[in-house]
Amino acid sequence: MIDVDIAERRGAFQLDVKFAADAPIVGLFGRSGAGKTTVVNAIAGIGRPSRGTIRVNGHVLFDAARGIDLPPERRRIGYVFQEGLLFPHLDVEANLLYGQRRRTPSERVIVDERVVELLGLQALLRRKPATLSGGEKQRVAIGRALLAQPRVLLMDEPLAALDIARRREILSYVERLRDELAIPIVYVSHAVDEITRLADVVVVLAEGKTVAVGKAGDVLGRLDLPAATGGDEAGAIVEAHVTRHDAERLLSTLEFDGGELNVPRIESAVGERVRARILARDVSLALRRPQAISILNVLDGTVTAIGEQSSATVDVQVTIGAALVNARLTRHSVRELDIRLGRHVFVLVKAVALDQHTFGHAEVSA
Amino acid sequence: MLSPDEWQVLALSVRVALVSVACSLPVAVLVALVLARLDFPGKTLVDAIVHLPLVLPPVVVGFGLLVLFGKRGPIGSVLDAWFGFTFAFRWTGAALAAALMGFPLMVRAIRLSIEAVDRRLETAARTLGGSPAFVFTSVTLPLALPGIVTGTLLSFARGLGEFGATITFVSNIPGETRTLPLAIYTFTQVPGGDAQALRLSVIAVVVSTLALAASEWLTRRARAGR
Repeated sequence: MIDVDIAERRGAFQLDVKFAADAPIVGLFGRSGAGKTTVVNAIAGIGRPSRGTIRVNGHVLFDAARGIDLPPERRRIGYVFQEGLLFPHLDVEANLLYGQRRRTPSERVIVDERVVELLGLQALLRRKPATLSGGEKQRVAIGRALLAQPRVLLMDEPLAALDIARRREILSYVERLRDELAIPIVYVSHAVDEITRLADVVVVLAEGKTVAVGKAGDVLGRLDLPAATGGDEAGAIVEAHVTRHDAERLLSTLEFDGGELNVPRIESAVGERVRARILARDVSLALRRPQAISILNVLDGTVTAIGEQSSATVDVQVTIGAALVNARLTRHSVRELDIRLGRHVFVLVKAVALDQHTFGHAEVSA
Repeated sequence: MLSPDEWQVLALSVRVALVSVACSLPVAVLVALVLARLDFPGKTLVDAIVHLPLVLPPVVVGFGLLVLFGKRGPIGSVLDAWFGFTFAFRWTGAALAAALMGFPLMVRAIRLSIEAVDRRLETAARTLGGSPAFVFTSVTLPLALPGIVTGTLLSFARGLGEFGATITFVSNIPGETRTLPLAIYTFTQVPGGDAQALRLSVIAVVVSTLALAASEWLTRRARAGR
């Protein structure tokens, strides 16, 4: 449980953030300059908010009113920095063990062999940071933070300095950590695809304020969010599970509370829970069920919200069963089809809009 | 190869320079750290005082030491009365003079290297559970090592060559305070002493070159370590 309620003023920038989240991965989402790093720094004990409290799993780390401000070394917060920040004078092994050696044997729950295996670091142990690739550095940085036996792991844009292939690699390592170690992660990013793939609970920051807190599916589908976060990739998340793979047609079928989605064959096993991100511009609406059409996914839905109508494009939110999907239409189409609240529509989603990398493996929950 | 007298001069010079460096190094690291990391009123003044030996005539420094640390000086008399310890006209006084003259060079080099250490690495070390003191010894100092080596060498070389402050403070006593430069100077003052002065000058060149080579090697090792 991470409970943050802080305010801080720095020049013209006023930070005022309040959220409580209890999830395997909490996504801290917002455009750059929104105050994300200030918030994770405050949790780690770097920089002091002028007011408020910070609690992690019931431990009070900061409480301005009571004069509590634990120094970073006593907070037990693992911090993976954007740039890795490995110690250049130590080899990988010494970097990994730096934090572990600062903990008493009884505090060492996460053992080094486990971390080395989990992050695939065996071959790197004798190397110096300067000889590592960006992805390797980040893996070592994650391992080093974990071995300091943190109560929560903070990851501040850990993929920012990496190329696309390395990003995917690190993302899957983060998923392994979530599935195999019981350490909550606060994952900071301005990239909606990373947040979609990883976060269970999303905290959205804009200009130093919390603008939304909630389950990933609920928060990321909100129509007012792109304006706040600056992303033009408006979309929504559908939580589903794999029901079958069709080897002949090379399709996989996902079932969610509201219907089925056909997608190009994905790797996930039958029964596995996945999270599909559907971009608003990949969704079309129709008033009658279309015939003889290449689009594989046609779903029944009801219009539940219509976004700002002053520009040429309009985002329309449609509820399908328990799921929300957003469609980005021209204003012309909205008027032509007479889209209004409560209207029954058919939602058209191209299967190819849902390729493998838009999926995240949702946490296997009981 | 060397005569007993020459050995004595050489051994004394190296001892004076080594002791001066060994005693001033911890102080210099502390002062460098304070100047590099802290902001306080009067910082400019402290900085100026540290640099004073660099700009003052060495004789003035030696005279100042004589006034303060002489047997009847305000500090010298206290040291003598309480600890029975005197700097005046002893090799320890020569080491003190050498330390003082080399101090600004040492502080400068160390300060620059501490300022070059990425402070975010120290922050990272704190989040990993390191106390400020532990972080300083395990991250800051090792990363500043090249500058510490350079500063130590500069100060050692300065101590080996120190003349004005030494001769003013502790005079030119054979076997006690007559270091290489003082011995060379003495030979130039006697008829037919040029050959002796030349021999000692060659020794000075050799010792200084060795010190330079040693520091190069240490610096390279420290850099290769990352």
